[in-house]
Amino acid sequence: MMQIDSIKLHLCLGAGCSVSIKNSFGKMFSRAVLILISLFIISGISTGKSSFLADSLVSPVFASDAQPADSDGEATADGEAAAEEGPSVWAPAPPPKLEASDYPIVEGWNARISVWIVAQLHLFFAAFVLGVPIFVWVIEIVGFITKDNRYDRMAHEFIKVAMTGFSLTASFGGLLSIMLAVFYPDFMEYMVSVFGKTMLIYALLFFVESFFVYTYYYGWDSMNDGGKKKMLHLFLGLMLNISGMSLMVLSNSWAAFMMAPSGLGADGAFLGNVWAAVNGPLWNPLNLHRFIANIAYGGSLTAAYAAFKFISATTPEDRAHYDWMGYQSFFIAIVGLLPLPFAGYWLTKEIYDYSQQMGITLMGGVFAWLFIIQAVLIGAVFLSANYYIWCSLGRTNGADRYKFMIQPLGLVIIFAFLVWFTPHTLVMTSTEMSQVGGTHHSVLGPLGVMAAKNGAVNLLILSTFLSFQMFSRSNTEVVGTGFWAKNGTAIQIGLYTAGIVNILALSIWSYFIPAALRIGLSIPQVVTTLIVCVVAMIIDMLRNRGTRDIAEMKWGNMPIRSQYSLFMLAGSFTWLMGLMGYCRSGIRQHWHVYTVFRDNSTEAFTPTLPYAAGMVTLICAIFLLLILFMFWMPMLASKKKKEQPQPDSAVEAG
Amino acid sequence: MKAFLKPLLVILVCYLLLKIGVPLVGSILHPGTWPVIPTGVMKMYVFFIVTGVLLMSTFSDEGYDALVGPIVDLYTNPAKAMLKLVTVVLVGALGAYITYQYVKPTFDAPVELRSIHPAPPSSIKAFGKRFSLQKLKNPFRVEDKEQLAKSAEEGGIVYYKNCYFCHGDKMLGKGPFWEGFNPVPANFVNIGTIAQLTESFVFWRIATGGPGLPSEGTPWISAMPVWHELITEEETWKVILFLYEYTGHNPRVTKEHH
Repeated sequence: MMQIDSIKLHLCLGAGCSVSIKNSFGKMFSRAVLILISLFIISGISTGKSSFLADSLVSPVFASDAQPADSDGEATADGEAAAEEGPSVWAPAPPPKLEASDYPIVEGWNARISVWIVAQLHLFFAAFVLGVPIFVWVIEIVGFITKDNRYDRMAHEFIKVAMTGFSLTASFGGLLSIMLAVFYPDFMEYMVSVFGKTMLIYALLFFVESFFVYTYYYGWDSMNDGGKKKMLHLFLGLMLNISGMSLMVLSNSWAAFMMAPSGLGADGAFLGNVWAAVNGPLWNPLNLHRFIANIAYGGSLTAAYAAFKFISATTPEDRAHYDWMGYQSFFIAIVGLLPLPFAGYWLTKEIYDYSQQMGITLMGGVFAWLFIIQAVLIGAVFLSANYYIWCSLGRTNGADRYKFMIQPLGLVIIFAFLVWFTPHTLVMTSTEMSQVGGTHHSVLGPLGVMAAKNGAVNLLILSTFLSFQMFSRSNTEVVGTGFWAKNGTAIQIGLYTAGIVNILALSIWSYFIPAALRIGLSIPQVVTTLIVCVVAMIIDMLRNRGTRDIAEMKWGNMPIRSQYSLFMLAGSFTWLMGLMGYCRSGIRQHWHVYTVFRDNSTEAFTPTLPYAAGMVTLICAIFLLLILFMFWMPMLASKKKKEQPQPDSAVEAG
Repeated sequence: MKAFLKPLLVILVCYLLLKIGVPLVGSILHPGTWPVIPTGVMKMYVFFIVTGVLLMSTFSDEGYDALVGPIVDLYTNPAKAMLKLVTVVLVGALGAYITYQYVKPTFDAPVELRSIHPAPPSSIKAFGKRFSLQKLKNPFRVEDKEQLAKSAEEGGIVYYKNCYFCHGDKMLGKGPFWEGFNPVPANFVNIGTIAQLTESFVFWRIATGGPGLPSEGTPWISAMPVWHELITEEETWKVILFLYEYTGHNPRVTKEHH
């Protein structure tokens, strides 16, 4: 069983938390408690056991309870004795050795496919609803500080889009937890024996999160006084994010444990220290990666929403507003995207360090071609991003000064992209192999290793940042005579040149040094990229003191084709998440918990690459349809609002 | 028209660089070869070059009109009916040609997706016992430099008695027999082989040879012998030491987690 990642017990939001419930917290809580209890009961009934989940949550698995049943299903003598003597002394119990017959078969359902689809959909929505409140809160603070009401309006609109997502996340989470209990009861029992305490905290945190979600959303207008009430509202937003992040890191610990278990004895038995199991080697890399990815993903989906509204806008005002909103969302997505490869790199390095089997399966073995697809998708994200920025030059009034840079910049991006996705393992016909002189290609071979790819991805990031910087200053002209106004651009050119030379030199040098040092060289490359970006931005800020806007920015003056790059961005992110989520989970192969708890179900095989890619594509299609539904819902509400007769107009009509 | 032809010219130059430039560089690096870009990779390269060039050409309305204008004009201008007909026929013929190239029967063997460094199993059975690759260390890699050099030297004797015939005296994968093999023997000097692997991985590859590869490593075409049946465990570790000492590479080291 390969796809069960985060065994999420989204038990309290449920269908009961629809956006239509207004301010009735008592009602919502009572519903949530009922749903929680009923799910526990259902899971107990479905496994044919007396609510093992509830039992396990309140106490660890006892050694006597974990004794295997005999062939007739009767408890063993030791077990009976323990039952007569009352609660036994807790002792570590290893995970059971399961047979295919231990996995319940539900007619008409394929356990793995069902769990795969639901877990992935849940993760898509969870990433969205955890990512959006982070930047909504930041945008609200910006609006509060600058007193620019546009930010406040945009933040409110973002959270409105995400509200439908909360209930969908919870619905899929509830479905997932029930499916896991139905299809994989022994696995769940083991996970509960290790993480029972954190699962309880997880479930309780939903009450906390739902309290802050609803007070934050429904209190938006009533607390929007620009003073103390607004600060209280910002505090609610902060707490919403803290509770959301707590939920994420808790469920991450379960997924990380399944890949790199810790806190266990040699036989896989839990030793009793929950913190040791939570704080595994992959936990923090996964936390960081998902935190950043959630922001990027939330940004890309809200950008797609803005693009959707931009295309369907009928007035210039609406076009201007949604163009501005799309740009801000796009900016958020890109800010999240730029550090993401490095967080992913850290996670992969830790996976490799934990187990070279998992590491090689991921990067050089059977999943290597899925990584090529990943590289292609990341490249597509960068291409889309740059295209959107280049189109954005149409909004500004001094873009002609910079347009000459686009073609050379575009060629660098294409070249870096080609190096980035060049495979290490080439698929060749026998004729090609004889022309090449074997399986190792003398020109492409060196481009297939990380030394080249590190250089390529840093160049991609720097080029994208340069495109953005070009746009950000294209509406300004120098009027001052200060040092930075006169020399800022020359210093920036020197900075970029030095940065690119350093990145390329490190890439070339890394071909000639040991693997351990070579991997470490990626850090100075990343630091170079970040330093160039940050320093170039600071210089721009200093330079801007001696500049002025040429004219008002022409928001809304964007071609329709530019908006499709925002759809492309959201689609690529979605597919990337599905594909890489599968890869990360799939490298465990036939293990529920890697090297500790074997998956012996009939579905415990690694799917072929086309099958896996097809499944991921299907899930993405379902998710994107649901997202369309999410975009449509707020429109429906505002449409009805517009249709209601206004009191003044009614008087006039009368 | 100039703006219309410029992107096409850029695409053509890029294509020629890939089609002729890359094999030309390869033939200089390795005389006697003409390392073409494999078809699968070439398709991806060309697709993204075309996409990238189109994006570069259409970000502004002027660029978009310059590129799309002649096409729209061709299809809507009655004065260009004949040119339109010729274009449609030529584009159709190109499509037919590409389709024919795809479906025509060939005598080539089916393409195999071979992973050069497939993932190792968690444990292997060799020399009459079971080894956990996750925790396996080279017992002869010791702090004492004299002892290390002595073990490596002994490994060298094992190498030249057994491995040299395929992997060569300079470990470039070009021993006396190398031309008889496909896939060719590994080049240990190349940074893409032992330099990025742990010693336990190399131990697995030597001990179980070609038949010990998982299916993605296509064990059926590897000529690597099952060395644990031919040399001792001690000799295997020593020859690994020699491989790293001779090439100057250091083995990959992973963190201790357990």
